Amino acid sequence: MSPREIFALRDHLGAELKGRAISDAHDVVSLTDILSQTVLGGRLPELSGCAVLLKLSDQLRSGLAMIELDGIARRMLLCPPDLNTAHLDALIADAGIDAVVTDEPDRWAGSGVSLVVTAQLPLQATAPARTERATEWLMLTSGTSGVPKIVGHTLEALTGAIVAEGPARGSAPVWATFYDIRRYGGLQIFLRAILSGGSMVLSDPHEALGDHVARLKTRGVSHISGTPSHWRKLLMSGSAAQFAPAYVRLSGEIADQAVLDGLKAAFPNSSVGHAYASTEAGVGFAVNDGLEGFPADYLGNRNGVEMKVVDGSLRIRSTRTAHAYVGRSAAALTDDDGFVDSGDIVERRGDRYYFVGRRGGIINIGGLKVHPEEIEAVINRHPDVRMSRAKSRKSPITGGIVVADVILTEGTDPARAKEIRDQILERCRAQLASHKVPAVIRFVEALDVTPAGKLARTDA
Amino acid sequence: MSVRSKVIEAIRQIAKEQKVTLPELSDDLSLHETGFDSLAFAILVARLEDDTGVDPFTISEDAAFPATVGDFVRAYENVPA
Repeated sequence: MSPREIFALRDHLGAELKGRAISDAHDVVSLTDILSQTVLGGRLPELSGCAVLLKLSDQLRSGLAMIELDGIARRMLLCPPDLNTAHLDALIADAGIDAVVTDEPDRWAGSGVSLVVTAQLPLQATAPARTERATEWLMLTSGTSGVPKIVGHTLEALTGAIVAEGPARGSAPVWATFYDIRRYGGLQIFLRAILSGGSMVLSDPHEALGDHVARLKTRGVSHISGTPSHWRKLLMSGSAAQFAPAYVRLSGEIADQAVLDGLKAAFPNSSVGHAYASTEAGVGFAVNDGLEGFPADYLGNRNGVEMKVVDGSLRIRSTRTAHAYVGRSAAALTDDDGFVDSGDIVERRGDRYYFVGRRGGIINIGGLKVHPEEIEAVINRHPDVRMSRAKSRKSPITGGIVVADVILTEGTDPARAKEIRDQILERCRAQLASHKVPAVIRFVEALDVTPAGKLARTDA
Repeated sequence: MSVRSKVIEAIRQIAKEQKVTLPELSDDLSLHETGFDSLAFAILVARLEDDTGVDPFTISEDAAFPATVGDFVRAYENVPA
C-alpha cells in the first residue's frame, strides 16, 4: 500500500476549518491552521516511526498530540488519567515503547525511555507534516484490577462507524462527552468531532457538574455522550435545565428504560439514542427508537457488523473491532472465526434482545447466578428512583442474599422512604424470581462511579 | 423498643412481604412451623443485623441455628451490648 492511500487524522482536517475549536475548562484552541501548528514543540519528526506513550495530565494536549502523531508514529499508546503508574513499566515493555510525550519531562529523566518530548501550550508554528504510515492506536481496557490489557486498533477501525453514518446533517455539530477521550467511548466522540467537521468540548475531572454544564451551554454543545451513570448524575444534579442538546447519546453501560425515559423527559426536544460499543468489539450499533435493548433483527450481518449470540453472550465480527491484544503474554482477542466475545449477556423477549448483565459481574445467591443489572433495572423503573446498585451480602443461612442501595429522585420527601421501599419490593417480587428480590434496601445519597464512568461494582 | 419486639416485628413484616400466614408466635413454636423458608430467614437475619448491629449466627463459629422462636429471640438478647 502506498502512503498516499492512508488517511490519518490530519487528512480529515484539510479543508474548511473555519470556526472549529477544541476546548477544555481552561483553553480554547482553534482548529484553523492547526496543521501548521505544533503542541510538540516542533519535535514531531523525531517521533517518526516511534512507539509513543502518550502520558499527559490533560485531554486537550492529548487530543492535539493525537492529531499530530497519527500517521507519523508507528504506534501510540493512550494513557487514561486514572492509570495506576505502577503498571507503566509493564505496559512500556509490552508495547515496545521507545518515546514518551508528556507534560512532566522531569519524571522521565533517567527512565529507560530514550526519547522524551514535552507537549505544551500555546501551540507554536511549524511546517505541516505529511502522513507517512498507518499508525497503530493502542488503548487500555478499563478493568478494575491488575495490569490493564493493551488493545490494538487502526484509525480505520476506530472510525468505521463514523464513516458508515456519513456526514452530520445541518450545521456542524459541537460534540461533548463526559468521558475522557483517552478511553474508547470518549475517543469515539473526539474522532466524530474531527471527522464530522465539528468542534469538541472536553470534560475536566476537577470541574463541578454545574460548572461543566454551564460551559457546555456557553460553547453551544449540540451532541453529547456519556454513560447511563454519567447521565443519572446529571439528572440528579438539577443542572440539566436550560441545556438543550440536539442529540443525547448513552453508551458503556446498560441503558435501561428508566434512564432513557428520564432523559427524554429532561430533554424533550432532543433525540436520545444508546450505542453499543466496547474497547475490544468496537462500535456495534446504535439504537434510536427510545427503547431499551435492541431489535432481534440486528443479529446477522447488518452494515458490515456481524452479530450472534452464543452461550448467552453477544459476539461481534466487523472491521471495527480491535485487531489484537498487544504484549508478550497477550491472549487471542477473537475466536478462530474472528468474532469478539463481548462478555455481555443478552436475553431475547419477543422481537427484542435485552442486556442482562456482564458475564464477569454475576453474583452468587445461594448457589444461583444473579445479574445485579437485572435487579437494578426493575428498581430504577420506580418513578421515585434515580439510580440503584444491587450486590450480594454474605448470609449465614443461604450463603448470600441480594441487597440494594438506592438513590431517590431529587426532591423526594424522606418521610415517604418506607412507602417507597415497600413499593420497590412489591415490584421486585412481581417481576423477579424470589432469590433476586433484595432482602434489604438502603437509601443512599450517592453511589460510586469509576473514572470510566461506570457504576463501581467492587463486590462483583 | 426491646430486642424481642424488634425481632417479632421484623418477622411479621417479612411474613407480610412474603405472603406467609404466621401462626401465633409463641416461644416454643418451632421455626419450621412459622412457614418461613431459608430465604425468608436470611432476609430476617440481614435486616436484624442492620437494625441491631449484630448477627449472632455469624459471630459465633459454632452457634447452632435455633430451633424455636424463643431460641431465635434469645440469640439476639444474649449478644453482649
